[in-house]
Amino acid sequence: MEACSISNLKLREFGCEQSLLSRPDGSASFIQGDTSVCAGVYGPAEVKVSKEIYDRATLEVLIQPKVGLAGVRERSQEQCVRETCEASLLLSLHPRSSLTLVLQVIHDDGSLLSCFLNAACMALMDAGLPMSCLFCGVTCAISADGQIVTDPTAAQEKESRALMTFAIDSTERNILMSSTKGSFSVHELQQCIVVSQKASEKMFQFYRDSVKRRYSKYL
Amino acid sequence: MAAGFKTAEPLEYHRSFLKENCRPDGRELSEFRTTTLNIDSISTADGSALVKYGNTTVICGIKAELTNPTVEAPGKGYVVPNVDLPPLCSSRFRPGPPGELAQAASQFIADIIESSEVIQPEDLCIERGKLCWVLYCDLMCLDYDGNLLDACVVALLAALKNTKLPEVTVNKETSLPQVNVDQRHSLNIHRHPVATSFSIFDDSILMVDPTDEEESLATAQLTVVTDEEERLCCLHKPGGTAMSGEKLQECMSRATVRQREIQKLINKVIHSVNMEK
Repeated sequence: MEACSISNLKLREFGCEQSLLSRPDGSASFIQGDTSVCAGVYGPAEVKVSKEIYDRATLEVLIQPKVGLAGVRERSQEQCVRETCEASLLLSLHPRSSLTLVLQVIHDDGSLLSCFLNAACMALMDAGLPMSCLFCGVTCAISADGQIVTDPTAAQEKESRALMTFAIDSTERNILMSSTKGSFSVHELQQCIVVSQKASEKMFQFYRDSVKRRYSKYL
Repeated sequence: MAAGFKTAEPLEYHRSFLKENCRPDGRELSEFRTTTLNIDSISTADGSALVKYGNTTVICGIKAELTNPTVEAPGKGYVVPNVDLPPLCSSRFRPGPPGELAQAASQFIADIIESSEVIQPEDLCIERGKLCWVLYCDLMCLDYDGNLLDACVVALLAALKNTKLPEVTVNKETSLPQVNVDQRHSLNIHRHPVATSFSIFDDSILMVDPTDEEESLATAQLTVVTDEEERLCCLHKPGGTAMSGEKLQECMSRATVRQREIQKLINKVIHSVNMEK
């Protein structure tokens, strides 16, 4: 069982471009297969008095869908992304200031929440904000026959019995965020966590390579 | 003196209790507040329930309406949950459009209804493509003292179990629906999802059923939803400090125990109401 799920560990082609926008302090676009998200970070900047926190920065996350206005689903995704970023950012270094992270959906072909997280992390890195660790998002789908599919497309998501998205930190490979849909057993959950942790290795290696490529003279 | 210490140094105040493995209100770390349940509280609703977790109070009313099914799902009815946090329940909520917490809670309840299959949407269909039920589940918090999600899920489940829908037939000649209000039957509840929330204090200490104060001091929140077959319907952790797999396992074991307690409580309350009638 364990072996089959790990051999199944396939992520779609993924890529990232940093500093593509001129106005924000940090920006990144992240692509996973056909799913694409653009992120921009503003801050640390002045904060509205009503949102001021005396001992740390206020982080605001805005998710813009491709069409229409942000609804209840986007609000709940915003909450997930914001609290994940809050856990990894060292917000107490910028008291009484504001950070704004804007995530614009370019195209949704499944695993959107994990793409949000990856784009957010890349944009925060580009903005040069102090962080205690990096994080990445991995989505797992359990298909009707019990197979675990990592980084599913929209079609695979639709066919799946359960869908889970985890945010994993780079230091201990622990779970920062978890959001699930559908029902599953405890065993399946633990398996998906293991698979996601394996997949996160690939992601963090990619982070490392892309930053190395940007900042080193030789490669 | 103690009151001053609590206001000036809330974190230290809580730590001093946690060092002794207890909490300021006298509970142990894995102990829930007293849970009380009252069903059929609103006589004008089709189903209703009132739940109290200590001070936290949530009331749920269910209103059923006849409607046309959507074009994408002609054989299904639907459920529309809504969580309302009025300014009455806590000073931190302002009047106006729902805030992030209320919207996230509404989405959470909608996800649970879908994931747990507590009611089959097919059961709400009366005539394919023509007529179905829509259940408006309005959850209102009357007193906010933490752990909103758990209270909402119990209120929703109890209210759904209490819901009785009138029989509807479609007249063949006029093709108009006829409602027989005297003939009512209960909804078919397939699963019994129950939520168990935890707060993580100082990145390591797990506390079950946090109060408002504990929630605001905690470094992370976690909600596990399980049903009677010990299947997980939702593992909701919207960020916060990282957690290992073992810690999650601990939470899930506690959640299965809680599920049994709540299911027993709901059955007991329904039984006692039926006895009175």
